[in-house]
Amino acid sequence: MSLTIPTDGAATEKNWLEKVGAGHIVLAVVLVLYPLVASDFFLTQIGGYSLIFGMLGLSLMLLAGYGGMVSLAQITVGGIAAYAIAILGNNNSNVLGFGWPWWLAVPFAILAAALASALIGWISVRTEGIYTIMITLAIATATYYFAQQNYAIFNGHSGYAGIRAPAFWGVSWRDPKPFYYLCLGLAVLSYAAVLYGSRSTFGMTLQAIRDNPRRMRALGYHVTAHKVFAWLLAGLIAGLAGVLLVWFNGRVSPGTIGVDAAIDVLIIAVIGGLRHPIGPFLGALVVVLMQTFAIDIVGAERFNTLIGLVFLVIVFVSPDGILGLWGRIKPHLAQESLRSGP
Amino acid sequence: MSILDRPSSSGISGGGVTGRQAWGLFWLLVAALVAWLVFAVWPDWLNAILISKKAFVSAILNGITLAGLYFLVASGFTLIFGLMRNVNLAHGSLYLLGAYIGYEVTSRTGYWLLGVAAGFAVLALVGVVMQVFVFRRLEGDDLRQTLVSIGISIVAADLMLAVWAGGTYQITTPEWLDGALTLPVITAVRSNGASVFLTYPLYRVVVLAAAIVIGVGLWLMLNKTRVGMMIRAGVDDRAMLSASGVNVHAVFAIVFAVGAGLAGFAGVVGGSALSVAPGEDVRYLLASLVVVIVGGMGSITGAAIGALLIGLAEQIGLVYFPTYGIVLTFVIMVVTLAVRPQGIMGKAR
Repeated sequence: MSLTIPTDGAATEKNWLEKVGAGHIVLAVVLVLYPLVASDFFLTQIGGYSLIFGMLGLSLMLLAGYGGMVSLAQITVGGIAAYAIAILGNNNSNVLGFGWPWWLAVPFAILAAALASALIGWISVRTEGIYTIMITLAIATATYYFAQQNYAIFNGHSGYAGIRAPAFWGVSWRDPKPFYYLCLGLAVLSYAAVLYGSRSTFGMTLQAIRDNPRRMRALGYHVTAHKVFAWLLAGLIAGLAGVLLVWFNGRVSPGTIGVDAAIDVLIIAVIGGLRHPIGPFLGALVVVLMQTFAIDIVGAERFNTLIGLVFLVIVFVSPDGILGLWGRIKPHLAQESLRSGP
Repeated sequence: MSILDRPSSSGISGGGVTGRQAWGLFWLLVAALVAWLVFAVWPDWLNAILISKKAFVSAILNGITLAGLYFLVASGFTLIFGLMRNVNLAHGSLYLLGAYIGYEVTSRTGYWLLGVAAGFAVLALVGVVMQVFVFRRLEGDDLRQTLVSIGISIVAADLMLAVWAGGTYQITTPEWLDGALTLPVITAVRSNGASVFLTYPLYRVVVLAAAIVIGVGLWLMLNKTRVGMMIRAGVDDRAMLSASGVNVHAVFAIVFAVGAGLAGFAGVVGGSALSVAPGEDVRYLLASLVVVIVGGMGSITGAAIGALLIGLAEQIGLVYFPTYGIVLTFVIMVVTLAVRPQGIMGKAR
């Protein structure tokens, strides 16, 4: 199932256009020009929101697709970054709020998320296979209940409100267009990093460990260390998404990191497809569009039934999500588009 | 029934003290300490540390009762997981559905026992339907089975919300279960010398007794009957069981019926002791997950030990450090995974 093609001697002579791939360039142009045609609603509620949840899904895809570890705790990791921003920066809930500037709070928040992710990874890699899902779900649920019952750190049920995206370089990043470009920039950065990382030595080793951990251990690789490092990297991406999420919502509460949200991230990644980093972004777009326009189909109340049924159909019909469906409908084209890299 | 008062099998029999004897002595001391804590009148300094004897003993009793409820839910979860490698994340939804059905039947017919029976029967049927029409199609693909169970739990939670709305229900228990039981535990001595005895709701004692009876029944079924033998063989080696001519699908359906039925039963019983509301499904799913992770998959004894640990941790946490209570549950899980990744009673694979 490897999507990575080993670079042989000929590839080094390719120019940058062939390296990046035509599909990526078309996609980038469309995304950059999107604000010209989109209203503010479509820019933030659809565009920005999809990109944020796409990043959360991407962090899951990195673990599940390359590492074979399906995690339900990605929103928890993002939530830790979000809470860290609220606690280290400014909020108007009169609890904590150290008032750090954004350029200090953001790195600390992302670092906290990455370390938490590594810790979750270290706990869950002690067992294998399906146990990971159970342990991460237990951690996500326990964190949700903890955030709800603890007032000293998490400010209990109401959480933190009044968190603002900063303004710097003469731009107010809360406005729709700058916020969209901020999300786009960070999403592209994460996407490119995952794509590049999957072809690096570490990425190859991780995929080999996923396919046969015993053989890799016999070859002398430190299996646990590689897995935990993958969790750390996934935590960086999820933490970044968490920071964007708290700026997007302006608030963070236990509901943000609830079990529903944890499952939403899994749904997004599975609907999109876990085999290529573009999958989670596709899935996020589909889910967010459904969330927004389901009112016209089934009414706002029954959205979860709709999304649950779509999820069930996808799992039954196409385990590889939309990417897998695409691959079945147009096998040849799909092969080309998946291998758009060098 | 707990690890706390396990009888010590070895006495001191001359010569050096063996490791086994040392452990026996240790458990004897622990049992004596627990007995003293429960039955003696506490000195003031102990009351000062642990709030009051009444609070402490109530927390312990509540913890054990809750453990009974958790055991009922988790034993089905662990059997299904152990036998079919099927992490049924819709197990919490089964609990909640059982509670709602119990509420409907009880409030319409007026017979609580009928509600309990309906909760078990309907959910057992639902379990068989799920196994035959959904999980059998995905056999051998445990990730997809888990994903499907997540999908089912989302749809189920939403549909239950549509039917029963967001309100909180309380299943009314019959009169013969109401009232309180006076336990032979003195909590305090009044100034006039009269002893104050601890009272405890009769219903909760009945819940605990039911859990113990069902636990023993499950153990007997697994260890003394032919079906139980097949189930245990299936937990150890499913392929071999199938190869020796047993209809594994029938065994799977039986286990799913029993597991889901127990979740429904626990739903009615728990819904009478506590309350029925959306969100309870997640609570009992978390309890089942932690109980199975701590106790070890596929083990009824492990589920009992895990349920006791988690139930006690939750109630003691609730009394002594309410805003950090869940951390205790979390610590138990992490310590178990660090020391014994397969769970306390789990077998290493």
